[in-house]
Amino acid sequence: MRNAFIKKLSLLAEKDPRIFLITGDLGFGVLEEFARCSPRQYLNVGVAEQNMTGIATGLALEGRIVYTYSIGNFPTLRCLEQLRNDACYHGANVNVVSIGGGFSYGALGFSHHATEDLSILRSLPGMTVMAPCDTWEVEEATSALSQKSGVGYLRLDKSSAPLKPKEGEVFHIGKSRCVREGNDLTFVVAGGILEEVLKASELLKAEGIEARILSMHTIKPLDTEALFEAVRTSEGIVTVEEHTIEGGLGGAVAESCLEAGVVPRFFYRFGLRQGFSSLIGSQAYMRRLYGLDAEAIAKRVKELVSERDAQKIHRLERFPNAQENF
Amino acid sequence: MTTEQLAKNIRCHALRMTSRGQSSHIASVFSMTDLLAVLYGEILNVDPQLPSWDGRDRFILSKGHAGAGIYAALAERGFFPKERLETHYQDGSNLCGHVTTKGIPGVDFSTGSLGHGLSVATGMAYGAKLDGKTHRVFALLSDGECDEGSNWEAILFASHAKLDNLMVLVDYNKIQSLASVAETLALEPFAQKWKSFGWSVHEIDGHDHHDILTTCRRLPFETNKPSCIIAHTVKGKGVSFMENTVLWHYRSAQGEEYKKALEELERT
Repeated sequence: MRNAFIKKLSLLAEKDPRIFLITGDLGFGVLEEFARCSPRQYLNVGVAEQNMTGIATGLALEGRIVYTYSIGNFPTLRCLEQLRNDACYHGANVNVVSIGGGFSYGALGFSHHATEDLSILRSLPGMTVMAPCDTWEVEEATSALSQKSGVGYLRLDKSSAPLKPKEGEVFHIGKSRCVREGNDLTFVVAGGILEEVLKASELLKAEGIEARILSMHTIKPLDTEALFEAVRTSEGIVTVEEHTIEGGLGGAVAESCLEAGVVPRFFYRFGLRQGFSSLIGSQAYMRRLYGLDAEAIAKRVKELVSERDAQKIHRLERFPNAQENF
Repeated sequence: MTTEQLAKNIRCHALRMTSRGQSSHIASVFSMTDLLAVLYGEILNVDPQLPSWDGRDRFILSKGHAGAGIYAALAERGFFPKERLETHYQDGSNLCGHVTTKGIPGVDFSTGSLGHGLSVATGMAYGAKLDGKTHRVFALLSDGECDEGSNWEAILFASHAKLDNLMVLVDYNKIQSLASVAETLALEPFAQKWKSFGWSVHEIDGHDHHDILTTCRRLPFETNKPSCIIAHTVKGKGVSFMENTVLWHYRSAQGEEYKKALEELERT
């Protein structure tokens, strides 16, 4: 994902001198080409994320479109108040790019587990929050954020879903992407973990369960139109994110649905339910550890669907004349 | 209007504003008032008719708690009607206890949480350098604010990037929120710290208008280096019973105290 990002940003920078990239001293093997080709649009401020975000705001207020780049929680939580007071309050054109979403750096330990960023940043006024699932979405989001005024967050992770864009597919911030059709349930997914959901859907298909998958690459603003349509036309909603279940994608979906009175027949949030992880490992290992891999997702969804069927039968037995309306 | 008269007006406005609003930080306004008066009277290249003019000097009041002072200075310079100052700290007003750009012409950046202004000023100065623009970027910091590590990130960077279009003034009034700077978190040798970080530094009497003016007219002090003016000031300057006290960081003058303070200011 990071290579797709920097490739796209390099192209944008060649065409638009306002594009500016600041790194907090990270990006070895990734940013060199950009720095070489666009030296006047690149700055390494050192290991100083608060200053990075303040400088980004200053540059943005003077007309530049700035991308800050670092890993994990550094460009987000370390300088959260600079994002809130400096960038967001002033509506500055600052786009924060964090590589290492979720457990991308799982083996580096808890400091490098970026598992609360979506919910925290989602609450900042004026912040657009994005977590693309594949390289096409990364490229499109990178470009779309440059066109959009105000503050953006682009969460990149090491994994990437093996998808290809459809012929003539168009990308919009805040418009989800349906990457699989099905009416038994809808997976609403953010980030590279969509690769697990694709595999889980194949496992479910073998059980006769057809899942729709929405890549909800924009968590804020949320595509409620596609979400509500999914509630109406599929049996249940299941959110998947490599992130705490509190307040991220699952939280956003639940809030939107409940407030609008559009309630799915069943609902489940895949995400992290425990606290910090003191156990470490690869992204794939960490997903297995916390039940976020394809097999675990498929197993739990199968249970949800059969629980739902059991409830249906139970209701019909008790109220044989009732209309099936739930 | 002389800068001395401008300073007197700013102090009187700020006293009225903070008394009416029963808001804090009057002593922090008074310590920097003479700096503000010289900046807005003689130094800053700004145009009240064109507050967002691209060629203007930028000014960031990083010690946002002294917002009443900058609002008063801007009103005096004609950026907005002085009557608006009466709404300071009142329900439904834009003129908050700290500094905001929203709805206030002439304010370049909103502050209130300490340690933010210098990084943003640094970004503005860096951008101006890249674009070959000749305007300058000023940031006014408090001494207590220099406890914030983010400032030192910016101080390191600004000299590294040779930003001689960046000018910092530190209102060194020696008192912070609960006690003196020396007791709280010692800054000395303060000027030496800035120098060792690669800045060109001058120390001045922050209430001597001649000293402030002649020093500011020499900005930048050196090419390829950011400039820092450490202004030795008196917290609460101008009202005898407010000077050099911690109490008036918070207290607002009411009743007899207000009358006495206003009398003292008007006598000067």
